Amino acid sequence: MPGRRGAAVTALSLAYAALFYVATAVFVVGLALKIRGYARTPAPLKIPTTPAPTSGGGVALRLTREVLFFESLFKGSKWTWLFGWLFHASLLLVLLRHLRYFQEPVWAPVVFVQFIGTWAGVTMVVGLAGLWARRFLVDRVRYISTPSDHLHLALLIAIGLSGLTMRFVAHTDVVAVKAFMLGLMRFSIQPLPADPLLLIHLTLVAVLMIVFPVSKLLHAPGLFFSPTRNQSDDPRESRHLAAWASALDKS
Amino acid sequence: MAAAKFETPALKPYPVIPLVAEGAMAHSKPFVAPAKIQEAVGFPGELTDGWEQRAVAKMGELLDKYRSLRVYMDACVHCGACSDKCHYYLGTGDPKNMPVARQDLMRAVYRRYFTFAGKHFPRLVGAVDMSKDVLDQWWSYYNQCSECRRCSVFCPYGIDTAEITMAAREIMDSVGLGQKYANEIIGKVHRIGNNLGIPGPALEDTLLGLEEDTKDETGVDVRFPLDAKGAEVLLVTPSADFFSEPHVDSLIGYAKVFHAAGISWTLSTKASEAGNFGLFIGNYEQLRKIALRIREAALELGVKRIVVGECGHAWRVAYSFWNTLVGIGAGGKDPFAIELQNQLDGRYKQPMHICELTYDLIQRGALKFDKEKNDGRIITFHDSCNVARASRMGDFAGGQFVIPREIIKAVASNFHDMAAGTTHEATFCCGGGGGLLTDDLLELRVKGALPRMEALKNVVDVHGVNFMATICAICKAQFSKVLPYYGFDMSMVGGVHQLVSKAIRLGEPH
Repeated sequence: MPGRRGAAVTALSLAYAALFYVATAVFVVGLALKIRGYARTPAPLKIPTTPAPTSGGGVALRLTREVLFFESLFKGSKWTWLFGWLFHASLLLVLLRHLRYFQEPVWAPVVFVQFIGTWAGVTMVVGLAGLWARRFLVDRVRYISTPSDHLHLALLIAIGLSGLTMRFVAHTDVVAVKAFMLGLMRFSIQPLPADPLLLIHLTLVAVLMIVFPVSKLLHAPGLFFSPTRNQSDDPRESRHLAAWASALDKS
Repeated sequence: MAAAKFETPALKPYPVIPLVAEGAMAHSKPFVAPAKIQEAVGFPGELTDGWEQRAVAKMGELLDKYRSLRVYMDACVHCGACSDKCHYYLGTGDPKNMPVARQDLMRAVYRRYFTFAGKHFPRLVGAVDMSKDVLDQWWSYYNQCSECRRCSVFCPYGIDTAEITMAAREIMDSVGLGQKYANEIIGKVHRIGNNLGIPGPALEDTLLGLEEDTKDETGVDVRFPLDAKGAEVLLVTPSADFFSEPHVDSLIGYAKVFHAAGISWTLSTKASEAGNFGLFIGNYEQLRKIALRIREAALELGVKRIVVGECGHAWRVAYSFWNTLVGIGAGGKDPFAIELQNQLDGRYKQPMHICELTYDLIQRGALKFDKEKNDGRIITFHDSCNVARASRMGDFAGGQFVIPREIIKAVASNFHDMAAGTTHEATFCCGGGGGLLTDDLLELRVKGALPRMEALKNVVDVHGVNFMATICAICKAQFSKVLPYYGFDMSMVGGVHQLVSKAIRLGEPH
């Protein structure tokens, strides 16, 4: 019996190891290709949305405010900002909390964030629920919502709920999970507990990683490449020229 | 073709976001440019077989040339922050006038041909083939965007619908579907030198007439020079300033400022147009070719400074793009730019807005005003979209808001801003910008003016405002036309330099 059980776990472990290697590869390579595409495409004209910072330092501050506080969204829609910021800030804490599965010894900041990160799981789901509610309650947002928008929210909420259930209701063998994850990073496959909640949680996370580079989740890198946000307002002081545009001067 | 009847929206005491009314503006379409107009600006005359593939290929080309387009096609999450920001949505309730939905008209095609998800799971992500039906929707709704960028202020990723509208119009032009109004004007600017099609001799007559009128009004010989070699300043202004009311009153104002400050200046027949409709149709080559006229005129006339009159999109092109397009600016390191930049006086901003020039003179005490001459006016200021969100004046971010207001306060005593959220970076488009100032789109223009009209009504009721100053030729023309639909007098709108003109002291009559 122990032998057979061990064999079953190994098959499962292998399957999930493969899933995570594939997901990581798709995530990293897909995202790198997309970012390379953004970086290589020239921005031929100065189009910052003004008033805009007049220096590079000012642009860095503007982008920082966008990334940390969602400044433009705050101007645009207070409810969306509230739920959106709550979700993203919570997600950050949750991700930091999960770092403990990938390191030994665990960094002090990651230890520190364990408690608050647990509750951030709850606020994350609350934020997502608020965002989803808008897709039904606000007629304009209902009109623009696509199946893909709903699926993204469903996916994230399912990840959150499955995680929270393991934390608060039906504990899984986190020591074994950590051994599995550390093993993945050293290319040594360790047994993964055959806990259905855990398997659902991990599968959905892998799906999220895989769809990231081919979906609207590209808004994350996109912000940094958005010319209306990352350009300085100094067109009179320096001549901004893309290669294809500069070729016209010589014709 | 008689314009279809439509109802002017009622002005409400406070803004109300309309409920979605699907298809409310699906009938709105501009006239299609005939083959002759298309070909004159280098586009195919009409749609021919295989246009679908050519349109998709053009989209691919633009995705490689414009980072804005590439990033904005991917980044939208459908959060809806923009959904209640477009004046055309607020005025019509048509959901395809929500910026996100307008963008999605192109995104659907982009996904189908350029993304993994759209190639393999089109239904899931709303990807569609390029078809006549899609093109018809593009034609209607990409001609219901005034490229005012208000949506881009509120988008968490800065997605600028104007960039997408321009790309869509460029794609349509490239397969032979062009807008009559915009492309006819581009033809005129190349053929005659300005958007109104005023030939040189007529321009000369007009300017002589203005000299006489100004002499009659003030008793002073204020000159309106044309093609004067060796003048200090080349003034480039929208051609509406020569012929249209109330525009011409601002032109008289510029002339008086130059006169009072003792600055020698000239207009140019070759560059008798600041407007650049290449912007509206998103065509870089046209944008550059039209701007080249200014460069050539500046080189021929040997001027030291280039100053731009009251025109919103022209100021965007001048301020943000001229240095890139034709080297009018500073900091050029290539021979093409250096040739002109060595000639221009580096102590001044190049190009300079007429408001910057007037404001500098006021700051230095070089101009004197009799403010009481404007006492009959209770004034508000309409920030024009391209000045507010796509350019700057002065040395600090936001100077484009401060400088025109400071000029008004220097020449008049009664000034009241409209409500916050309708001015500065959140200003509402007049409803006629972006190449839509044509009578075949009158319903759209009237309805699109609604948010501005509501804000105006508010200051009219509370403060008794009777004059709305603005610094854009399109805003002036659009408001003159639509103000009466909302029960206002068309002469309520005018230029900032119209107010300057009224109050400026010119010294003793000679």
